[in-house]
Amino acid sequence: MKFGVVVFPGSNCDHDAFYAIGNILKKPVKFIWHQSQDLANCDALILPGGFAYGDYLRTGAIARFSPVMKSVSKFAKSGGMVLGVCNGFQILLEAGLLPGAMMRNSGLRFICRHVYIRVEQTDTPFTNAATKGQILKMPIAHSDGNYTSDEATLADLEKNRQVIFRYTTPAGTDDAAGNPNGSTANIAGICNRERNVAGLMPHPERAVESALDSADGLVIFRSMVEALVGAAKATA
Amino acid sequence: MATASTEIRVTPEIAAEHGLTAEEYARVKQILGREPNITELGIFSVMWSEHCSYKSSKVHLKRLPTRGKLVVQGPGENAGVVDIGDGLVAAFKIESHNHPSYVEPFQGATTGVGGILRDIFTMGARPVAVLDSLRFGPIVAGKGVSEEEAAKNRRILDGVIRGIANYGNCFGVPTVGGEVGFEPCYSQNPLVNALALGIARKEDLFFAKARGTGNPVIYVGAKTGRDGIHGASLLASAEFTEESKQKRPNVQVGDPFMEKLLLEACLEAMQTGAVVAIQDMGAAGLTCSTTEMASRGGTGIEIDLAKVPQRESGMTPYEIMLSESQERMLLVAEKGREREVLDVFKKWGLDAVVVGEVTDGGLLRVKDRGKLAAEIPAHPLAEEGPVYRRPIEQPPLRKETPADWFSFSAAGAGLTANFVKLLGSPAIASKRWITEQYDTSVRTNTLAGPGASDAAVIRIKDPETGIVKRALALSTDGNGRWCLLNPRLGAMHAVAEAARNVAASGARPMAATNCLNFGSPEKPEVMWQFSEVIDGLTVACNELGTPITGGNVSFYNETLGKSIYPTPVIGVLGILEDASRVLKIAFRREGDLIILFDASRSTDRATATLAQEFSSSEYSKTLAGIVAGEPPAVVLAAEKRLQECLVSLAASGAVRSAHDVSDGGIAVALAECCFAASSQHATLQLGAQVNLPEESCPAEYALFGERGARAVVSAAPTSLARVLEIARQCGVAAHQIGQVIRGDAFRIEYKGHAVIETSVAQLNDAWANSLERILKAH
Repeated sequence: MKFGVVVFPGSNCDHDAFYAIGNILKKPVKFIWHQSQDLANCDALILPGGFAYGDYLRTGAIARFSPVMKSVSKFAKSGGMVLGVCNGFQILLEAGLLPGAMMRNSGLRFICRHVYIRVEQTDTPFTNAATKGQILKMPIAHSDGNYTSDEATLADLEKNRQVIFRYTTPAGTDDAAGNPNGSTANIAGICNRERNVAGLMPHPERAVESALDSADGLVIFRSMVEALVGAAKATA
Repeated sequence: MATASTEIRVTPEIAAEHGLTAEEYARVKQILGREPNITELGIFSVMWSEHCSYKSSKVHLKRLPTRGKLVVQGPGENAGVVDIGDGLVAAFKIESHNHPSYVEPFQGATTGVGGILRDIFTMGARPVAVLDSLRFGPIVAGKGVSEEEAAKNRRILDGVIRGIANYGNCFGVPTVGGEVGFEPCYSQNPLVNALALGIARKEDLFFAKARGTGNPVIYVGAKTGRDGIHGASLLASAEFTEESKQKRPNVQVGDPFMEKLLLEACLEAMQTGAVVAIQDMGAAGLTCSTTEMASRGGTGIEIDLAKVPQRESGMTPYEIMLSESQERMLLVAEKGREREVLDVFKKWGLDAVVVGEVTDGGLLRVKDRGKLAAEIPAHPLAEEGPVYRRPIEQPPLRKETPADWFSFSAAGAGLTANFVKLLGSPAIASKRWITEQYDTSVRTNTLAGPGASDAAVIRIKDPETGIVKRALALSTDGNGRWCLLNPRLGAMHAVAEAARNVAASGARPMAATNCLNFGSPEKPEVMWQFSEVIDGLTVACNELGTPITGGNVSFYNETLGKSIYPTPVIGVLGILEDASRVLKIAFRREGDLIILFDASRSTDRATATLAQEFSSSEYSKTLAGIVAGEPPAVVLAAEKRLQECLVSLAASGAVRSAHDVSDGGIAVALAECCFAASSQHATLQLGAQVNLPEESCPAEYALFGERGARAVVSAAPTSLARVLEIARQCGVAAHQIGQVIRGDAFRIEYKGHAVIETSVAQLNDAWANSLERILKAH
């Protein structure tokens, strides 16, 4: 089992994702340079947060043209597991690997604070170790996390149970108080129809130790590990 | 010598326009043995500007203590460096970007952050934290402040905050602390001081000394444009007038994405072993970097401007040498290994060009398409600039009578309402609205971000293994109002408070950095303030064991002849031996005892003396509009004892929270412990029931007095004996003053009466939402 963390120019959560997997989960992990098309036989890919290409033009709009994205796309279409966090989520949207788009936060400012998200679906490789309705505390840090899509896409997302995380209050209610950025239907994270590609705005890699105020993000990485172990058993 | 033919001939008038005095111009001619050409004049004028040469402050700065057994590098390099154990070092420094932030708040603040970050990674250290110490004019109209002025101050604040956020967030360094203050004197001259901290292996440190004749000099990073020409000499080294807005083109423009690439590429290039020296191009750009590297290395440097990557066409040597375009570095590589270095920059998509070489003979030689554009001995240019012993004159003593001082109200009358007002005043209110715009948790090292502990606490991951043992704590402090009333005492307080904050997080203070913000050095009373502040810092840093390892001086902080308060901002760095022992301010458990540590225990004093001291407090300013009297006395030995006590308590694990008593006194400190608890626990509500020790002073003084060397901690009842024993060993008086209670009640009794009686929710609403209400309402 090997994780790959893609490094775009301007990625700045690459080290954090690497640390969470390598030092906390203690699983093999490699950096993958954006100009490489070789995914180094990784079994799961993480597109980390940051400001790829300075977020110039539009978040993720330039990064999607990086050479590595051709390989990422191929990997995803062949069923490979890809998780985009924050800027990584934005890149997946721009690359068309996930549906929808990001707008500026409703308050028009960058926001960094702990939020609560509820696990909506557990039949994905990113949430299989969680329980349905489980509330996770983790930080957000973004200007453009206001998820939006046309109504047909939104209906599709709901119908196919692709909304896997929703912003909520500590008590689990779906009111505006829990939604930090104006995101449609409190959407914090989604997956593709095939369930092997997911993106979320909160940072699970920043919530893997209680010393950092929360270890709730671990469940996402543990899910990925379990999914990979399961897949390995299935092919063995 | 051959010079470009189209050049302007230098006259004494042109030299004067460049800010050089007649004597300085004579010295230029003496060093050169001839008249300078216009490019050379430009080079001298920036190198000898106040900002770059410290010509007015040098004689005083010499008095500061700069040595200590943990100091690896003191002042004189890009940043100070201290040993933090296990082969690691911390590089840190604070710098001002005041004038640019007034002219263009967003870009001024971004480039301030960008500049200090480059100073850190130039040393080979990866930046791990930024703190910002900010001062603005009043953001609420009234009390002699017009709505127009308040609105302008809100706009400046908004631009500065967005600028800091934009740069740090994109660069990927957490902005974890600092302070924000408001006083009328900063309306025309806000202060933006940025501190950055980085970590490196000791053997991987880099210095800015050009060595090895024939070694190539490489330019890397952004292209050179016409932006920021004379930023150092015209913007930073002169006061503001009505025309200052025309200086907007002198402000540089920042690109944090470029800087992020530069960071990664520089650290990677350093790993090749082919880099000999490196220096960032900050103030005075190419001029300063070439001159200082050559001067420090005892060598010369020759560069060819035709090779310098340029953003605009037709730039003259004068413009290229003086440009302050951001995100540029100059490095010296080992001859024959330049390819290794250039390849790294190519990988990161950055311009990297060999523009010259290290020479012997000590000359800075600048060529432009084969022609000699400038030729100046580097060492005299860098080190033999003018040094002034400016006239010093103590202003006449303020003649105050008790009628000028705060008059204490009858016990108990309306104190709860006053307390709510104080909590909602911008100076005391929560800065969450500001700090939430900063990425505080990137790099996953932030053990205590803004407001969680008295200091920002960053854990140290070993660069190779990622293993965590220790943590670093940082705090910046500086009370301009106190420095106005008594510069020496105010400066001592700045050091004492920063060190106390660090100790209250559990860390042992180890070193300091300073940013000295003052008015015009040409005014004898400003130089008196400066000299007094230096003396105060010297005494306090010596006593508290925190040598100054670097920083900067910012003079000419005045507009239309009016100076700011003398505002030294001190950043103290401390080390926490066990990263898991961080102390935070939040109360944690119902039933925990609240204990007040008071190392300086005031003996009984006359009410008039108390009133004189209290007139310098935040409460006096906010509630009565009185700024007068004298700051509280500083007892450095008591501060030292309290700090030892806090460090020991943290290590012992006997306390559950700690918070120092400072602005707004003990009442504010206690309330903040409750607020932090409610933001920490989504469901648990904790209040406080306190009975202040009997002292013969008015209730307002007991609640809101700002006497130093005090802290409040909470501990489980079973730990009380241990806590008291540690306090006794450290020589600190400790009183059990109350209890953390479940629920929302907040009650303080004094001399048998409830002087504050309210709910945490009511106080928290005033405190937590005040800034947002002020800034969003407009």
